[in-house]
Formats: sequence, C-alpha cells, structure tokens
Amino acid sequence: MILLDRVTKTYNRRGAALERVSLHVEPKEFVIIVGPSGAGKSTLFKLLTREEKPSAGKIIVGGMDYEHLSDKDIPLLRRKIGVVFQDFKLLNNKTVFENVAFALEIAGLSNPEIKHTVPKVLDIVGLKGKEDHYPLELSGGERQRVAIARAVVRQPKILIADEPTGNLDPKHAWDVIKVLEKINQFGTTVLLTTHNQEIVNTLKRRVVTLKDGQVISDRAVGQYKS
Amino acid sequence: MKPHKFITFERILKNGVVGFGRNIWLAIAAIAMMGITLTILLFAVVANATFAHTIDIITDRIDVSVFLKDSVDSGDRAQLIDDLKKVENVESVQYISKDEALKRYRAQNVDNPELLAAISEVDNPLSQEIIVQPIDANNMQPIKDYLEQPAIAELQSDPTSYSGDRKEAIDKIAKATRFFEQAGVVGIVIFALISTLIIFNTIRMAIFNRRDELVIMRLLGASTWYIRGPFVVETILYGLVAAAFSLIICASLFAIASSTLQASSLGLLDIKYSGEYFKDNLWLILVVQLAAGIVIGAVSSIIATRRYLKLNR
Repeated sequence: MILLDRVTKTYNRRGAALERVSLHVEPKEFVIIVGPSGAGKSTLFKLLTREEKPSAGKIIVGGMDYEHLSDKDIPLLRRKIGVVFQDFKLLNNKTVFENVAFALEIAGLSNPEIKHTVPKVLDIVGLKGKEDHYPLELSGGERQRVAIARAVVRQPKILIADEPTGNLDPKHAWDVIKVLEKINQFGTTVLLTTHNQEIVNTLKRRVVTLKDGQVISDRAVGQYKS
Repeated sequence: MKPHKFITFERILKNGVVGFGRNIWLAIAAIAMMGITLTILLFAVVANATFAHTIDIITDRIDVSVFLKDSVDSGDRAQLIDDLKKVENVESVQYISKDEALKRYRAQNVDNPELLAAISEVDNPLSQEIIVQPIDANNMQPIKDYLEQPAIAELQSDPTSYSGDRKEAIDKIAKATRFFEQAGVVGIVIFALISTLIIFNTIRMAIFNRRDELVIMRLLGASTWYIRGPFVVETILYGLVAAAFSLIICASLFAIASSTLQASSLGLLDIKYSGEYFKDNLWLILVVQLAAGIVIGAVSSIIATRRYLKLNR
C-alpha cells in the first residue's frame, strides 16, 4: 500500500532531513511514526502528500509511482489519500458542512450524493448539529474532527494524520484517536505521526521510530520512550 | 444526472458568488479602489475629448483670406474658386463680394463710429474676398504655394491673410494644438496603464489575503480551475460593480455640474460639452467600462493565483 525505498530528502543548507528511509506498510495496517521534533516526521508526511519531492529514492503509494507523476496526476493522487494536518487546514470561510463537502465536490460527486454522505460522516465524528458553524466558532477538538471527517468522507484506502492530537487536550486527543481506530476497522490503512507517549503505549500498534532522519526501530507492537 | 463539466462550472459560479458575499469587506475595499481608479480614468477620457473639441473649434477659425483686385471679373473669379477647391488640404472656399465685405466690416466695428465714418458706400475701399478653409491647419503650405504662383498673385490686391505676423501666429497655434492633441493621447495611454497596474495590485492584495484557502484546496487535491475559478468569478464581480459605481459617480457629477455651475466652461474645458459627450457616448462608455472591469479583473486574478497553485515545488 505504501512503499518507501531508500528515500532521502535534503534541504539546501541544513543536512539531510531524511536519509535512506525505507518503509513498507501493508493494506489495513495502523502504523504510528514517532520521534522527537526534527526527526523527519513532517518531511516524510510532506513527501507522501507530494508537497515536496524526494532528493533520492522511490515512493509508491496505492500503486502510483511518485517519480512519474505529472502535474495533472498530483490532484488525483491527493484525492486518493485522506490527510489530517496538525493545524487542521480548514477553510475558515466555509461552514463545517461545506468543508467536508468540498472533498466530495472536487471529486465531482453529485449534490444528492453529497447531501446524503456528509451528515453521516459528521455523525461518526460526533459533530451532528454543528453543520452550519464556521471553523472559528468551534473548539480545537471539534476542528480536528472536522478535518478528520473531511479526510475520510471519500473513503480513502489510505489515511495519513500528522500530529492530529498535537494541539488538543488529553480528552479530545483520545476522541480523535478513537475515530482513527474506527476508520482503520473499516479497512483504511492509517499512518499516524505523533510524539504523545501515552497514546503510543496504549494503542499497542506497529511503531516506527525516526531519529535524525533515519529509521532507528520498527516494531510490530511498539513502545515509545522519549 | 448532469454531466460532470456542467456540475463543476455551476459549483465554480456558486462558490464565486458565495465567496463574494462572505468576504464582503474585502470586496468593498477592492471595489472602492477599482471604482475610484476607473472614475479618474473616465474623467481623463472625457476631459481629453472635451479638450480635443475645443482645439477643433480653434483650428476651425483658422482660414486664409485672399483679397482680389476690383478688376477681376466673375469669370476669372469662378475659375479661381474652382481651381482652389482642387488644391490639397482645402476644405471649402467661400466668396465675399465688396458689398458683403463692407457689411461685415460695419458689423465688426459697430462700436467704433470713427472707423465707420471713415468709410462710405460710395467709395468702398474693401476688396472682394475669397476665404479658404484648410482641412488641417498644420499643412498650409500647398495653399500658400498655389496662391503665390505669379499668375494667381497678379489677381490679388493685397497679400493673403496667411502672411507676415498673422502667418506666424497661425503656425504657432497650429503647432501648439497638434502638440496638445498628441499629449492628450499619450496621457490617456499612460493613465490607462497606471490604472491597470493599480487594479491588478488591488486584486493581488485581495488574493494574498486569502492565499491559505488556495494552498489548502491544493493540498486536498482540487484541480487548478476548480480553485481559481471562484476567485476569477469574484474579481469579475468586483469589476462589474466598480464599473457601474464609477459610471454612477460620473453621471451624477455631470448632472450636478450642468445644473449648478453657471459658467459653462473652465478655461479650456467646456463643461457643457463634457456633459453632452458623456451622454452621447453613454452606451459605449458603459460597454468599455464593464469590459475593462471584467478583463482586468479576470486576468489579474489568474496571474495573482498562479504562484499559490504551483504543484512541482
């Protein structure tokens, strides 16, 4: 489902942000990527969403080889992957409903389909009744759940979440993690980056540890000791 | 089910209109800026047209009087008039008999009894006259050359009015008016360029304010035109409203000016003519204003969104 083969990313002045990182994620897996700040988690994330290109190495996601992506393919790739950002990246001029509907609009779904699907997903993330609110009227946890609803509404095969709990208090953080687990149960491959020790140790999932741009451990039921 | 392309177009339009409403303060700021710029440009165009009109009136008054000897008979005269009409740059030729010349002289000097007393009908000292109206006051040479041919010069009692000090004055006026006409055109072109830049920059700032939206939509996998389209629709709306706004301002200012200003002109600017010019060309002005608003708005937003939509960074 996700394959990284000796991927290196170098920014001009600093050293390598990622160095020869290889990672293989099977379909329906739930993988947590941990590591201190600056370990390369966000770089890895940006490479997967094709915000940035690797300096060397191969990336294949959902059968698409990133090396051969044209400008037209990139939007198509992004529609295949559900993405949750640490800073939510919601459209503040659109309501909760419209934010989630946007993901379906760009995929060209009809209005009746959108009207049918969006409320269901909002219900799953616990935002029923908040459809007409704007993001700035919501709490941090609610905003993050809007972002998750938007990421999963297209039923992607892959969901990547970059520190989705980073801005949240423990209670809301757990709400978000529970939603991710639920989605994983429905068959979506989940890739989660976090540095929340408690969450990692409680989930008992596969844990990949990054440090200084390199994979230093990869365990089926991992622990995180910072 | 509606075809995919149609749904997309419909959504782009709808998102544009909704975005316009939800960013109304940004819209008002941009529209005010565009409206004022378009208004100043429109005033410049009307002022230029009025000025050109004034210049036309001045140059229309430039003509050449040819004074004929009393001995020239009607046959020679008719021949001369016919030939003059064929000379390059001649617009019209008018004949004034001795009697008419006297009548004109009396009318011109009605306040000056001394001059009137010095002249009597019995002994009319004025010559019969041919007045040549040139098409272009800057090109008097062919007329002058024709009139100075020895055979033609022989028929004349005095040098033409286009000689000596008068010639110099006419040449100076003609040269000055040509300069002002050209300066007017150059001024309008420069002004239009500056206006375009101001409007472009206004839209660039408006889009800069909302660049996060563009980047987020990009990350979610929206296609270039699905992101850009609503912004183009919004800026076209800015352009339409700004054009209408500037027309209303101009129309009301001309209406107020014509009803309250007693003086019909301010120096070289004939306000009455300005108002008429505006009214006569209202439809043309409306179409050009709207087209300019739409085109500048659309092009500016396409250029301004480009940098936030780059894929291969």
